Amino acid sequence: MNEVVVEARDVNKHYGPLHVLKGIDLTIHRGEVTCIIGPSGSGKSTFLRCINQLETLDGGYIIVNGSPVGVKIKNGRVHAQTHNEVARSREQVGMVFQGFNLFPHMTVLQNICEAPVRVKKEDRRVVRERALKLLDRVGLAAKAGAYPSALSGGQQQRVAIARALAMEPRLMLFDEPTSALDPELVGEVLDVMRDLAGAGMTMVVVTHEIGFAREVGDHLIFMDDGHVVEHGKPRAVLESPQHERTKQFLAKVL
Amino acid sequence: MGTTRGPRPEAIVADGIDRSLLGQQPHRRHGLQWFSAAVVLFLVFLVAYSLATNPRYEWGVVFGWFTSERLFTGLLRTLQLTVIAMAVGIVVGVILALARLSHNIVVAAVAAFFVWIFRGVPVFVQLLFWGFIAAIYPRITMGVPFGPEFFSVSANDLITPFAAAILGLGLNEGAYMSEIVRAGLLSVNRGQTEAANALGMRRFTVLWRIVLPQAMKIIIPPTGNQTINMLKTTSLVSVLAFPELLYSAQLVYSANFKTIPLLIAASLWYLLVTSVLSTGQYFIERHYNRGSVKIVRAGPIVGLVKMIRTRRAAQEVQR
Ligand SMILES: Nc1ncnc2c1ncn2[C@@H]1O[C@H](COP(=O)(O)OP(=O)(O)O)[C@@H](O)[C@H]1O
Ligand SMILES: [Mg+2]
Repeated sequence: MNEVVVEARDVNKHYGPLHVLKGIDLTIHRGEVTCIIGPSGSGKSTFLRCINQLETLDGGYIIVNGSPVGVKIKNGRVHAQTHNEVARSREQVGMVFQGFNLFPHMTVLQNICEAPVRVKKEDRRVVRERALKLLDRVGLAAKAGAYPSALSGGQQQRVAIARALAMEPRLMLFDEPTSALDPELVGEVLDVMRDLAGAGMTMVVVTHEIGFAREVGDHLIFMDDGHVVEHGKPRAVLESPQHERTKQFLAKVL
Repeated sequence: MGTTRGPRPEAIVADGIDRSLLGQQPHRRHGLQWFSAAVVLFLVFLVAYSLATNPRYEWGVVFGWFTSERLFTGLLRTLQLTVIAMAVGIVVGVILALARLSHNIVVAAVAAFFVWIFRGVPVFVQLLFWGFIAAIYPRITMGVPFGPEFFSVSANDLITPFAAAILGLGLNEGAYMSEIVRAGLLSVNRGQTEAANALGMRRFTVLWRIVLPQAMKIIIPPTGNQTINMLKTTSLVSVLAFPELLYSAQLVYSANFKTIPLLIAASLWYLLVTSVLSTGQYFIERHYNRGSVKIVRAGPIVGLVKMIRTRRAAQEVQR
């Protein structure tokens, strides 16, 4: 078996009185693509955001790339990580958002180069070379000098993927990367993600694209009301769901 | 068409609307505009007549002092005060805004308290306090509280009228700027910070490279307005006997009793500089409003130029 990239155990999360994650268990190995589906409000985004500390968990633990998320153990006691320690662990985890979140005051190339140069202190020319290669890979070599506002949603999302990849992460998180796109632009983004999966990237993808999950996913997780309800091979989950709630959900989206 | 301007028969449909006329420029009446223009012209004439014939304006004296070195030196000090007080205000404002947005409640509360004081007390009163600081603390001392002293100076030596002016104007401005900066920082979409955080950026990088540049759009236009206000507010510093533009004029008229001419001469300088700044402000606002449909208030110079231009364009269209 490949090395473990994400180990989540009994992850709990509350927003005030709202219990959003009710004990999530999940193990992800290197090179696997794990797709998460489930109704709106079931906690998919929250779980994804816990993996790179955009949210703090309040029960259970997550270990990413061999380090516990948000905490450190010193002399047998658990301490909260400092902001800089949190930031450092995020360097190895790329994230792609539903709303792209490109930096509007920077060109495409600047968007991609900013973090490697500022955070990893890499040489500007080296980063630039890498950025141009990544742009080529997502089919946007011609847009290096454009500002995000001049790009279509699909192009923006592909830049966002290139921007995350420029940090050379060991894990990529996608939170509904195609949900904000016009239907005719979904394919171009999924193509890039498919290539990435083919190249061996470890990916966690929250998505409503059942076709993508079936074809590219190694695992499919169905979440509902803060629980992992069903977990298995995509084909198995989609074709013979074991739980009533999964059946109901699939009946609606398929 | 013939001599009659009646509708072409085929243009009239059953509803009686002549479609051949629709799409033409509608006819406008200008009668009221001419009348109001005449009234305004008459009033302008009355004011001009009074200005020209009332000997107590002493225009010769006004222009003599307008171009004098003393007022010009005062003007330079006014500009100097404006620039330095604004610089202090911006720095203090950014620090206060960040403090107020801090997760540390103590830091946020201290900043909110500071803003409450420096915004709530009139700036004129604050200037008086700084001017009379020696009455509260005759000596200003560096050292361990209740322990040894490292050095000590008389407050009157340290807080000169200029220093009092900068403290009074700058801290008051800082309180106002903190609101402007805060609004700017809050205007930046949360997704921007999250994307930056997800890339592993440290807090300072997120602020300096991602949030502040985007907040500038919101921060810069009102800051231009604040600068124009500051230029006028510096006249309050005359109460500290610091010879900026107004106090320079006061010094002159307390000796020669040409009070009104000197106040006019000073006012002309204020008007001139604020007009120039307003013109700059117009271009700043236009620059930052590109693409959005906010209405920009033009200053007198730009306003006139624009009015004439749009009038001409409208006339061209009508021809
Ligand atoms: N910052 C927040 N504050 C309060 N409630 C939140 C916050 N973020 C999400 N929630 C709530 O948590 C629940 C799960 O949200 P989310 O993880 O976004 O669901 P999903 O991504 O599956 O649609 C929802 O009920 C949502 O309203
Ligand atoms: Mg979501």
